[in-house]
Amino acid sequence: MKHTQSRAQRPASSATEKRPRSSGAVAARTGIADRWQSWLDHHRQVARESLRRFFATPMASAMTALVIAIALALPAALQLGLANFQRAVAGWDGQPQISVFLNKGAQKAAIESFAAKLRSDPAIAEVTYISPEDALAEFEQASGLGDLLVGLDANPLPAVLLLRPQDTRDSDRLQRIVENLREHALSDSVVLDLAWVQRLTQLTELGQRLSAGLALLLALGVILVVVNTIRLHIESRREEILVVKLVGGTNAFVRRPFLYSGLCYGAFGGLLAWCLLLGAVLLLSGPISGLSSSYGSNYTLAGPGLSYFAGLIGGAALLGLMGAWLATSRHLREIEPS
Amino acid sequence: MITFDNVNKRYASGQDALVRISLEVPRGDMVFLTGHSGAGKSTLLRLLTAIERPTKGSILVAGQNLNRLRNSQIPYYRRNLGIVFQNHQLLFDRSVFDNIALPLAVAGCSKREVGRRVRAALDKVGLLDKEKHNPITLSGGEQQRVGIARAVVNKPAILVADEPTGNLDPQLSQEIMRLFSDFNAVGVTVLVASHDLELIARMRRRVLTLQAGQLIYDGVPSREAHPV
Repeated sequence: MKHTQSRAQRPASSATEKRPRSSGAVAARTGIADRWQSWLDHHRQVARESLRRFFATPMASAMTALVIAIALALPAALQLGLANFQRAVAGWDGQPQISVFLNKGAQKAAIESFAAKLRSDPAIAEVTYISPEDALAEFEQASGLGDLLVGLDANPLPAVLLLRPQDTRDSDRLQRIVENLREHALSDSVVLDLAWVQRLTQLTELGQRLSAGLALLLALGVILVVVNTIRLHIESRREEILVVKLVGGTNAFVRRPFLYSGLCYGAFGGLLAWCLLLGAVLLLSGPISGLSSSYGSNYTLAGPGLSYFAGLIGGAALLGLMGAWLATSRHLREIEPS
Repeated sequence: MITFDNVNKRYASGQDALVRISLEVPRGDMVFLTGHSGAGKSTLLRLLTAIERPTKGSILVAGQNLNRLRNSQIPYYRRNLGIVFQNHQLLFDRSVFDNIALPLAVAGCSKREVGRRVRAALDKVGLLDKEKHNPITLSGGEQQRVGIARAVVNKPAILVADEPTGNLDPQLSQEIMRLFSDFNAVGVTVLVASHDLELIARMRRRVLTLQAGQLIYDGVPSREAHPV
């Protein structure tokens, strides 16, 4: 709108034309499509120019990008670690279980009738009987301490009934079931292993919050790094900014190359962060799969996939853009022709 | 085309740079602005190019009141002006072509239009063969001509020059002035600030003389008795 306004102010008789008016060039210039095209052209040109400037000083640019990368890789690594941890513990379904350790002298028939009674209880979804022999075999396999047990005369392990309650959310009700079980003549002790499931969830939650807080703090750091870098860019291009302002460049025009530069720093920082993460995962996946196979699991570390790639580059580019915006808002105003 | 009406400019330091300046430059005129350094020439040009705003009074350029110009409108206002600087303000990180193309780039000209206009401007100042050079490799006179080409490439209605011959020898200065006359001949309003009285007298054009912020002379001097 302002364009047409300023054009209207130009008097028709200001014929500084160096060629006849009939050339048609003047008319072509006012077309909205033409203007849009040239705006796009300028964006393309500025984007190219920003890339060129980024690679014109490879060391300095790489340093800045690396600082951004490290700042972003830290919370991303924590996030990835948490995701992997959750994947590792996903095998434990997190359902609370009640283990009823039975008296050592309990008769098999009595146990079976107790189990049958529990199976018919609507509050209990599932009952699994683990005989002392089964428990011993499982212990030997899982702990690798089988040799130790050979020295023992008798099987020290009791028979166990594993119960899966129907309603797992109502902790009062769970507690009542546990109390009832404790009173039964056959039960020696009853353990509701709810506490560590809760602990696990809380630990994961803590980790999530920690990584979110760290991410927030380090994102701020990234913005500040970009602000400072762009401030130096602005300072070094002071002359150009003055001239552009004097020949009628709008603030948006002056600002554009710096915004693209900020975008550049951010995007490359994000890319580097992703590479750092990938490197760390590659470095750790060997030992971790070795470790997990020693536990009889085929768990492998999940790498930073496409979502991390897109998220890191996109997020970092956005942070770079924000940093550049802040820097230009603050410093371009100071550079006015005098 | 340019009207100053009772314009005062007082700086924050309390110094009066311009005192009750009233003047009128009709469309298509060529006017020289002269006076000692500190007389207010630069201040007047800064007001005209909307770098500063007057403390009092109003300035009308091409029917537009500069007092009412919002900051965001200043870039669009400046596109109607061609500004030539004493130190030419060329950018040495790009070619002559790109220097001249700058006003077209900010105005959003299409690429082929830019090419045509820049070459027309270069042709006008006689530097058509230098478009790919870096301006730093050019002589002082050539650099100033590049500066002029940049000022006129957008076909401005008004051409403003601040000491355009400040660093040039008399012959080159004469050439530069002839260029300004040529632009004036095709209808551009030209305002040149200069302290080269010898040269100004030879041009036989209207002269405005400032002294201590006041307009003390307005007329066409004869060769013998020029002002100040």
